Amino acid sequence: MTEERYEPVIGLEVHCELRTATKLWCACPNEFGGEPNTHICPICLGLPGTLPVLNRNAVEYAMRIGTALNCEIKPSKFHRKNYFYPDMPKDFQISQYDEPINVQGYLDLPTGIRIGIERAHIEEDTGKSSHLGKSGRIHAAYGALVDYNRAGVPLVEIVSAPDIRSSEQAKDYVSELRAVLVATGATDGRMEEGSLRVDANVSVRKGPDAPFGTRCEIKNVNSLRSLVRAIEYEIKRQIEVLEDGGRIIQQTRHFNEDTLSTVALRSKEEAQDYRYFPEPDLPPISPGEAWINKVKEELPPLPPQRRAKVKEIFGTGDDGQIITLVEQDLDGLFLGVLSHGADGEIAIRRLLNEAASQIEAARKLDVKDFAALIGMEKSGKLSATQCKAVLAEMLESGGSPLQIAASLGFEGMKSNELEEVITQIINDNPDAFERFKAGDEKVTQFFVGQVMKATKGKANGKSVIEFLETKKS
Amino acid sequence: MNNENLITEKDVAHVAVLARLHLSEKEITDFTVQLRSILEHGRDITALDLADIPPTSGPIPLENVFREDVKGGCVDKSEVLSEAPGHQEGQFLVPPLLDGSE
Amino acid sequence: MKLSEQLLSAKEIAVGIKNKTFSATEIVSDTLGRIEKLDGDIHAFLNVTGDQALLRAKEIDEMVSKGEDPGILAGVPIGIKDNICTRKVATTCGSKILNEWKPPYDATVIEKLRSQGAIVVGKTNMDEFAMGSSTEHSAFGPTKNPHNIKCVPGGSSGGSAAAVASGMVPLALGSDTGGSIRQPAAFCGVVGLKPTYGLVSRYGLVAFASSLDQIGPFSRDVDDSVLLANAIMGHDPLDSTSLDIDTPPIKINSDGGVRGLRIGLVSEFLEGISPEISEAIERACKYLDAGGGQVESCSVPSVKQSLSAYYLIAPAEASSNLARFDGVRFGMRVDGKNAEEMMVNTRTAGFGDEVKRRIMLGTYALSAGYYDAYYGSAQKLRTLVIRDFESVYQKFDVLLSPTTPTTAFEIGAKIDDPLTMYLSDVCTIPTNLAGHPAISVPFGYDSKGLPIGLQVLAPALKDDLTLKVASYLESARENAND
Ligand SMILES: [Zn+2]
Repeated sequence: MTEERYEPVIGLEVHCELRTATKLWCACPNEFGGEPNTHICPICLGLPGTLPVLNRNAVEYAMRIGTALNCEIKPSKFHRKNYFYPDMPKDFQISQYDEPINVQGYLDLPTGIRIGIERAHIEEDTGKSSHLGKSGRIHAAYGALVDYNRAGVPLVEIVSAPDIRSSEQAKDYVSELRAVLVATGATDGRMEEGSLRVDANVSVRKGPDAPFGTRCEIKNVNSLRSLVRAIEYEIKRQIEVLEDGGRIIQQTRHFNEDTLSTVALRSKEEAQDYRYFPEPDLPPISPGEAWINKVKEELPPLPPQRRAKVKEIFGTGDDGQIITLVEQDLDGLFLGVLSHGADGEIAIRRLLNEAASQIEAARKLDVKDFAALIGMEKSGKLSATQCKAVLAEMLESGGSPLQIAASLGFEGMKSNELEEVITQIINDNPDAFERFKAGDEKVTQFFVGQVMKATKGKANGKSVIEFLETKKS
Repeated sequence: MNNENLITEKDVAHVAVLARLHLSEKEITDFTVQLRSILEHGRDITALDLADIPPTSGPIPLENVFREDVKGGCVDKSEVLSEAPGHQEGQFLVPPLLDGSE
Repeated sequence: MKLSEQLLSAKEIAVGIKNKTFSATEIVSDTLGRIEKLDGDIHAFLNVTGDQALLRAKEIDEMVSKGEDPGILAGVPIGIKDNICTRKVATTCGSKILNEWKPPYDATVIEKLRSQGAIVVGKTNMDEFAMGSSTEHSAFGPTKNPHNIKCVPGGSSGGSAAAVASGMVPLALGSDTGGSIRQPAAFCGVVGLKPTYGLVSRYGLVAFASSLDQIGPFSRDVDDSVLLANAIMGHDPLDSTSLDIDTPPIKINSDGGVRGLRIGLVSEFLEGISPEISEAIERACKYLDAGGGQVESCSVPSVKQSLSAYYLIAPAEASSNLARFDGVRFGMRVDGKNAEEMMVNTRTAGFGDEVKRRIMLGTYALSAGYYDAYYGSAQKLRTLVIRDFESVYQKFDVLLSPTTPTTAFEIGAKIDDPLTMYLSDVCTIPTNLAGHPAISVPFGYDSKGLPIGLQVLAPALKDDLTLKVASYLESARENAND
């Protein structure tokens, strides 16, 4: 297998939108969606005569990200990156170039691998264009419409070192990075809304000691799944080119979701010459000790600390579950539930299996109510099935589990009623009961089923078995 | 800057592409001559020893100029779109985009 | 043509309106009449906003009749250089590419003028995007010098200078990137001030070279420039380079004249100037001396290379500032089969030769491989200029120089030779690089009857000193007439 002779070398550029109230240079709201061109003003439209004024909060969020990624926070400057494109209102992007705010950090993955962070700098987002004509494709379009609602939204671009060695590791890196970014409160990290966007620089080389190969930049990766597929395709493509005696050309390639392949973009006559120069309309930023320390002190706990805390308090539980719990930002709720004495095993199962599918509602669950629900399942007042039904209702419209259980008719059977039903069934099936006494497991299920049928599911399976056991002697 | 670094017609043609200008043959020739004379005049700077001099990008030294993150008013899109050379469905209309233009 | 006689100053107009000696409506009607009469020959205005001006005059008159104070420029008509944005009023920058674009907002200076009672009567002609020294590069035809209509008024704010010089308006605003206020002020025989960088907001000024641009006043006398400067100065949160400092209104006390002031005569600025301007400088030195000033020769070595630095920095910034004129969001569009081609077609048809030349120069200076040699070196030279001025201001309070090496030249004389045209800015450019204030004040005429302008330079924030010395030099005129 030739592929084994090659080692992939991957570096990722992650753009994340900051969740400031306003845009980077103007007072327009920074909100996702909205009717096209309703969040615009002369400044973010780049109209002649307008000037940018830097949003203090965007700088603070960028510093939070830098702190969370173990970066050095430095005095920094803005530059103009000059290129023409209709969704870039000024036909230059204000970005940071040779003096970015955050440099030289790292991110530790839960697997123990450390990925270097070269820089995390501030820049502005572009507007959005959509193609008119055949199925929204660029080719065969007769025109394009441009919406500038997103123009000037603050971004932080996080550039990793080329430390990643597989598509799986790239996925781990993005998942962990996303969790860290969300934990800082600087971004909502929604890949599906484009508030987190990933470009991958991929090359291959012959073994870990060989020099880096020529890399290609893969754009248009919209999910973790696509990221893995795009990288895998690209690695395979590059190996094939090399094995055929070819040469990798440095280029930008577009990932196509339909064909699951990458295609080279039209290579431009002008090898990208962005003519960077210092932005004359913006004085430099010099954050200073006091501000840097304040950001450090106010930084919320990050995923590694949060996972460690869950592990310490919960005691058991597997790493995968805990990673997911923290990634989904459900660890706070979980620990709250534990402190109310609820059963951790049940709670984590309900959170990850049921609640996670309605993540926004899950995060808003009342700790006491959720603890009470888990208590009801644990004590047998509710069966697992009933518990899930009550939880679904709680996620849907809120309310206390007791009331919801009552309204769904899950009152739970009083023990004397259950005893009567079980006695009746034993009397009706004496042969089966003899087999049960002899230890036949299958018959146990028969009795549980009969009891459920008779009680229309109200009985708790565990209680049924307990009663049966008492009848043995 | 020595003679080999003098701006050529090829440079001028390339720069026109970067600047999104179309120049005729004659304009390329004329601009080459004119830019060359302006740039040659600029040699009086390179004659100086500037190695240890820091650059100045703004005349008045300022830093940390911020605005607070508070929402203000937006502009009515109809006022802006009415000045646009092309618009449709509340958006700016342009001819088709080429892929690969960044 | 008889000029500048029997005309009211801005100060007299504001006082007269507040005292109800005459009404704002009378003043504005008068002004519009004069523009109507004179501007056919001079072409100072691109657009006269008569109806709006009369409406505004009525509002001012109503305020006065109700006993309210309309502000320090109550009812004073003013011309605005056409690179300053005025809401719903076409702003062209002297270019076809803006295609009568009507901005959805007012520049900060326009809001400030409004709040002080000034009345905008129109937008004045200029070299396209303020690139030029003669106003011949306007896409709408040149402005003529009111002293001799065969001559240029200077530029790029030639329309504003000519409008004031011909008496059409008492005040006008211009912008100065390398001398674009002072040089036309000198050529037209009016006062023109480039304030300290950051004192006047640039918000709404269509940028040419962001680190050099500054808006400033034109007037017929120094007092009126003080009045207008006071109306437009002040911190603006919409301009990050606007100085956030207390700027008390400038008051010039001319009683003491220039007694005790140390005045440096910069030798580098005297090289190659015309003999008649040289004589004017000598007369000025004697007059300053007589007023108790101490005039001495001095040197600012790096100003010699300033021109070169300017012609790299300004085009580089301009090449980026002018990228947005792409036919997408506003202004002119020449279609193409795709967006990129549309942009090329629009820019090619919309920009004039001088603008294209500077965009080309600036793009080249920033492009890969040349940044350090050109833009980088120019920024370093800028540091030297600032240091040289710092050291000379240890010994002097102000500096004196001619504003221009020659008086106004004839229309067409330099249009085909960009470098020679650029050289006429040699005395004015260094202050833009340093961000300092400088003023041009009329000081006599040459044998052809064309005005001579002298320049007074001072360190940052010493704008009042330039005005004080200019006011003293201006008094020579009265003394000569006596
Ligand atoms: Zn905006």
